[in-house]
Amino acid sequence: MTQKVKVAITVNGTLYEREVEPRLLLSDFIRHDLGLKGTHVGCEHGLCGACTVLIDGQTARSCTLFAVMVDGSDIKTVESLGTLENMHPIQEAFSEVHALQCGFCTPGFLMTTVEFLEGNPNPTAEEAREAIDGNFCRCTGYENIVKAVQLAAKKMAAH
Amino acid sequence: MAEKQKFVGQSIKRNEDPRLLTGNSTFIDDINLPGMLHIAIKRSDFAHAKINKIDVEKAKALPGVVAVYTADDLGDYWKPGPLQVPPPSVIKGAIFFARPLECIAKNKIRFSGEPVAVVVAESRYIAEDALDLIELDVELLPYVGDLEKTLAPDAPLVHEDLESNLAADVIQEAGSWEKAVAEADVVVKKRLLVNRVAGGALENRGIVVNWDQNLNLLTVWATTQGPIPMRNSIAKYLGLLENQVRLINPAIGGGFGPKIMSSQIDDVVIPWIAMQLKRPLKWVEDRRENFLGTTSERDQLHYAEMALKKDGTILGVKDVFYHNTGAYNPYGMTVPLNTQTHTVSNYRVPNFFTEIKMVFTNQMVVTPVRGAGRPQGVFVMERLIDAAAKELGMDPAELRRKNLLQPEDFPLRTGIIGQDFVEGILDSGNYPYALEKTLEGIEYEKFKQEIQPKARAEGKYKGIGITMFTEGTAVGPYEGCKVMVGVTGKVSVITAYSNQGQAHYTTFAQVAADQLGVKVTDVDVVTGDSGQWSWGVGAFASRGITLVGTAVHNASLKVREKALNLASKLLETPVDELELEDGVVRVADMPEKFITLGELAMRSNPTRGTVEPGMEPGLEAASYYGPPHGATGFGSLAMIVDVDPETGMIKIERLVITDDCGQPVNPMVVDGQIHGGLQMGIGEAFYENLVYDDYGQLVTASFMDYLFPQASDMPDKFEIYHSHTKSPLNPLGIKGVGEAGAIAPPACMMQAFEDAMGLDDMFITESSINPSKLYNYIQKAKGA
Repeated sequence: MTQKVKVAITVNGTLYEREVEPRLLLSDFIRHDLGLKGTHVGCEHGLCGACTVLIDGQTARSCTLFAVMVDGSDIKTVESLGTLENMHPIQEAFSEVHALQCGFCTPGFLMTTVEFLEGNPNPTAEEAREAIDGNFCRCTGYENIVKAVQLAAKKMAAH
Repeated sequence: MAEKQKFVGQSIKRNEDPRLLTGNSTFIDDINLPGMLHIAIKRSDFAHAKINKIDVEKAKALPGVVAVYTADDLGDYWKPGPLQVPPPSVIKGAIFFARPLECIAKNKIRFSGEPVAVVVAESRYIAEDALDLIELDVELLPYVGDLEKTLAPDAPLVHEDLESNLAADVIQEAGSWEKAVAEADVVVKKRLLVNRVAGGALENRGIVVNWDQNLNLLTVWATTQGPIPMRNSIAKYLGLLENQVRLINPAIGGGFGPKIMSSQIDDVVIPWIAMQLKRPLKWVEDRRENFLGTTSERDQLHYAEMALKKDGTILGVKDVFYHNTGAYNPYGMTVPLNTQTHTVSNYRVPNFFTEIKMVFTNQMVVTPVRGAGRPQGVFVMERLIDAAAKELGMDPAELRRKNLLQPEDFPLRTGIIGQDFVEGILDSGNYPYALEKTLEGIEYEKFKQEIQPKARAEGKYKGIGITMFTEGTAVGPYEGCKVMVGVTGKVSVITAYSNQGQAHYTTFAQVAADQLGVKVTDVDVVTGDSGQWSWGVGAFASRGITLVGTAVHNASLKVREKALNLASKLLETPVDELELEDGVVRVADMPEKFITLGELAMRSNPTRGTVEPGMEPGLEAASYYGPPHGATGFGSLAMIVDVDPETGMIKIERLVITDDCGQPVNPMVVDGQIHGGLQMGIGEAFYENLVYDDYGQLVTASFMDYLFPQASDMPDKFEIYHSHTKSPLNPLGIKGVGEAGAIAPPACMMQAFEDAMGLDDMFITESSINPSKLYNYIQKAKGA
């Protein structure tokens, strides 16, 4: 049998202590071991950004990391933002300006936006576009996502 | 008795957004069932080979592997097909050799990526481990991939039982090309190539199957764009009744065409295995497998000619083109027929000859990708006009203006039969408006007179492109739905149409809410669940909002009538004195005298007493809608680009599009569809490209190699104008819009690149280029 390794990973504020195979991808750990299905896998080679999560506050592609590599880390996924009844301002902004269609890539964009707006709370359109350049979206043509990032900044400033 | 429109035509936030934004949607890979096993598919690394032996013993022996299947293990269950789209027998003289997909290769491999074995294991990781242990003993056969050489007498045969690799030959002619040539002052000829692109949905394909032998119920969750046809196909294969197969679409992460394809290994073999093993199964592609194992499109080579008078009047067009269908042709002639119907569709062309030579190659099967044959036709026509403009020394906009169809020309019979097997009829349109609005929006004259010369004086190369397009949408045969007012007063709309992000949970709700006096958020829309609604065709040809939307409208009218009739009895008031608003039926003059929709729904299902003959319970009605022919959207696209001749890099400085999709149901959603289409069209023109090497290997099977268009590749703004020529075919006047943006960008951009350089000998003959190709075109035209 494959050797298993103990990990202790905090996800969205809850500490999970699990035994995992060394080769288990972080994205699979989050999705299938923890059942947090909001993190999506689009390419499994680190290009599309759908699986983006925050690891100790910084964005990372969970499909190109092993779960054992983030032992002891603090991870935030899309489930850490708002709820159905009480969405986060970034989520509200995405809905208001139609910045999502199929919604599959959206969690990655949201987590990228969280990190970006922390560092730049009042971005220009050009800065917002550059910030999301590493996330792929097939449905929207990106224009409304750029708008959503800027609108989210305004909403967060008003909060 | 239809209510006025309160919600149709409004940009309303989407009902589906909160669940998608908060991680509360269920996509295919989010479904996990107790006891579920995982599947990985062994795919051929060879493009063309005879199978001697597939050795799966080592794979079977791997701990955690439950079973491995090859074609031989399927016994009599193995059989090719069926065709998903019937042959074009309605077209006189059409030749079509049907070679439907083989769900898993049995004796011969015909493309790299074709399935050869299926592994079932306790985890996906183990299943993938086992793939590496399968040994494939084959005799390699020569590969054929070139569209023209595939028809050479000595070309290797993809299907040995055929005389050649010709898959189909369809000739259609309206008027007489010979006559056009006889009267012409000028004939321009071009050889034009349209390369292959991927659908590229961010979510890959997948299927989850659960066989309950006690209930005799096979539940299938699948990412298909055509749930009912897939349900029927599975039922036929497995010898089940339709209601014994429940096909459910989970949330789907984009479709763009390829997810329409069924009768593949996923829906043919995996349900069969689930019944053999009596265990739930899951298969989800990874991205590499999506490139290798999911269908793609374009790939045509055109020999096109245009005959004109000296004054620029177009007399005729001739287009003979090779269409690559890949190793099989399960999707019939849909794509190349769309090319035939979308070639001359913006212009007065009295004589049009068009011939499809569909060929088999050792490549992935071709089925529609957003645009689906339309971009090829538009590319050919717009490039011919550009060539003619150069030849005649005319301005490209002026030559287009001179030949456009006029509003009084509609409805126009085209004489060309389309993918729906109906003669094309352009239902309505105002093409000159679209052209003029676009030219005005992009300031065409100002660009030509001031901006371009000034830029050139500064050593900058800026160019403009102006193109037209039509988008045949909303073809038949039909779609349907069921609308019901529930006992809570909320409304349910149930359809088997499939949703991949098009906002149906909102737009269908808008249509129903208008007639039933409820809020859009109080309408719950179910899509793609054959257990709740059993009939339909599928999401293709931009037909959802027109066909299902019309069915929802008609069903809602019936429910409205039922509610008013019942309320009339209960309130003892004639129907014409009642109004339905805010979730209640009230007496117009006595607002305190009312009954809620929920109460009416409860009373519509009496539990004691007797009913009148013919009574139908429930505030519920079904409706089907099938148009006589499609509704044609149209528009005009212009771009200003900046070309760096030293590197071949480009920047789209401005993009202006005018689109007409009749009555928009939700303008915000319409614009979103246009945005996404434009992105795919721009991607096709300058970034994306599926490339096979000389041995039939797809060398662009990852996002490292297949350049997915990113935010920085798009213009800062898509400047969109609309006109609203309502379709006369349906009560709301709707036309589709899903493919509009994707059609014209390649033609528009090539024209703009040439205009930027201003070189007499530069003419781009391909729809997909890149910086190095552009650089080479420039160098060649300079004679360097």
